[in-house]
Amino acid sequence: MTISDERFDFTASAKKKLAITIVAGILLLLVGIYLNIASVSHDGGHATLQTTVTNDLVAFNGANAEQAAGEHHETATWLKRLYTDLWINNVFFAGLGLIGLFFLTLQYVTQSAWSTGFLRIPTAMANWLPIAGVLMLVVFFLGKHDLFHWTHEYLYDKASPEYDALLDGKKGFLNLPFYLIRMVLFFGGWTLFFYYIKKRVFAEDIEEPGVKRWKQIRAASAWFIIFFGYSTSIGAWDWVMSIDPHWFSTLFGWYVFSSWWVSGLALIALIVIILKENGYLSIVTENHLHDLGKFVFGFTIFWAYLWFSQYLLIYYANIPEETVYYIQRLTSDNYRAVFFINLFINFVFPFLFLMTRDSKRKLATMKIAAVIIIAGHWLDFWLMVTPGVMKYEGGFGFMEIGTALIYLGTFLWVTLSNLSKHSLIAKNHPTLEESLHHHI
Amino acid sequence: MAVGKNYLVGVFEDPDVVLDSIKSVRENGVKIHEVFSPHAIHGIDDYLGYKQSRLPIASFFYGLIGCSLALFTIYWMLGFDWPMIIGGKDFVSLPPFIPVTFEFTVLLAAHGMVLTFFIVSDLKPWAKPPVFDERCTDDKYIMAIDLGENKKSKEEINKMLSDSGASEVNEKNFK
Repeated sequence: MTISDERFDFTASAKKKLAITIVAGILLLLVGIYLNIASVSHDGGHATLQTTVTNDLVAFNGANAEQAAGEHHETATWLKRLYTDLWINNVFFAGLGLIGLFFLTLQYVTQSAWSTGFLRIPTAMANWLPIAGVLMLVVFFLGKHDLFHWTHEYLYDKASPEYDALLDGKKGFLNLPFYLIRMVLFFGGWTLFFYYIKKRVFAEDIEEPGVKRWKQIRAASAWFIIFFGYSTSIGAWDWVMSIDPHWFSTLFGWYVFSSWWVSGLALIALIVIILKENGYLSIVTENHLHDLGKFVFGFTIFWAYLWFSQYLLIYYANIPEETVYYIQRLTSDNYRAVFFINLFINFVFPFLFLMTRDSKRKLATMKIAAVIIIAGHWLDFWLMVTPGVMKYEGGFGFMEIGTALIYLGTFLWVTLSNLSKHSLIAKNHPTLEESLHHHI
Repeated sequence: MAVGKNYLVGVFEDPDVVLDSIKSVRENGVKIHEVFSPHAIHGIDDYLGYKQSRLPIASFFYGLIGCSLALFTIYWMLGFDWPMIIGGKDFVSLPPFIPVTFEFTVLLAAHGMVLTFFIVSDLKPWAKPPVFDERCTDDKYIMAIDLGENKKSKEEINKMLSDSGASEVNEKNFK
């Protein structure tokens, strides 16, 4: 069989397309920044109106600190919005890279064989992890006071009028050194696990066929998944939930994970489909695609389940500290539409669209679903991050699309260039033969 | 399962032989009544030319009925027939209704699907399924061919089965 020598060729035309994506992203971002600066200088009256609403909300939240804090820093709206967008993309794409590694390790731990034919794709996606770690640190240091209210020193000073007892109570966990230690530990841990596993994955290619490497990777995978469980959950509190530091939701870690997981699965499916359309991966048949589709379909429902579990409890308990999260999103014209669009394109649409067997087995339908789900979950992260940082000044426009395109282009560039470095098929993988005969 | 009278029953030792035999028998224009196996054989549906089951479509509509019925009932009861204030919420408030609606959707979809399956497969408690060969629950693969449904003679079909790998071919008559 000649399939074992199949290699992905990262062609000049593919590079050109990605470069165009990135350049288009930069241009859109610049247009967005320009429009933002222009609109802020013309639009003073409108901003006052919005501030009134914000003040009501802050009072409702039981803390005046946010309002007072506004006087401390004078970051321009466009810059603040840029930090927000960078942070959304940091978290979202770090998640996609992480899901690549999680998917890979999950296949080893569960001894799955169906996925062996396309395992190189999630492996390549995980190459984003070290880059994501650096980007997280850089953006955090640049915009920490804008993104994270809790990073302000005066909140913990009892003499200060802005002293915040609630945040002071959380200081044992939510303080700068410990936060940075966690961030470095998580990205460092993920990267180390990834390099350890990656080395053995590709060593298998040039060695005699056997189960030695498979067993090593399986052991590492089991440890990784334990680490992954804790780190993603805590990462979700740190990087997303702590944007609204007074607010908390106990299932937030799961919610962020489910959003990452389903968009990561959709991205794996999308890359498989694009490769198949370009004549690669002939061993990945509609049966494999069907299983990927079931994964996407199933975790779409899982995401909706978590979304609803979070919403229902907060709605029903009606505690001001908790409901503020939804009130922010539902009372603002900037967010209300997206709030419902989010539910529709991440649950209603894929639920109905991917329900039939055929839609999961055909390249064209799966491609549509994958693209929409990836975009939808990006929007989900936008909705998680933006209202907390930008309050009522947030929006969805050129800046958001621009930064998302830049990150997407770069992410795919890293993925595809790493994909082209090795054989596209794990030819000595012990379960490859079983994968070839996968039939459902 | 309407049962005819006279059957030819081919007994096979190996699942792959059965699949090849199904292929050659069908290519010769013989209609197969049913194949019995002690275990599931992957891909046998394709060999037998079975169409994709329409059970999921039925299930979808049972679910849809369950969903609408549950929503309608809760809305009517709590909103109009006997309004009650629960937890300080509006009479008609969607979020608390969702779990019940979900459960009822699953209930109707699942039960409807099972019942439909039973009816379509003629699985009633008093059903007496025809047993072509008792060994099909042990280690043999059985192919039953209804002689009344096929124009070819018994001898021809018998030869076809033997040639394609049947270890024995028996005749089975139901009264």
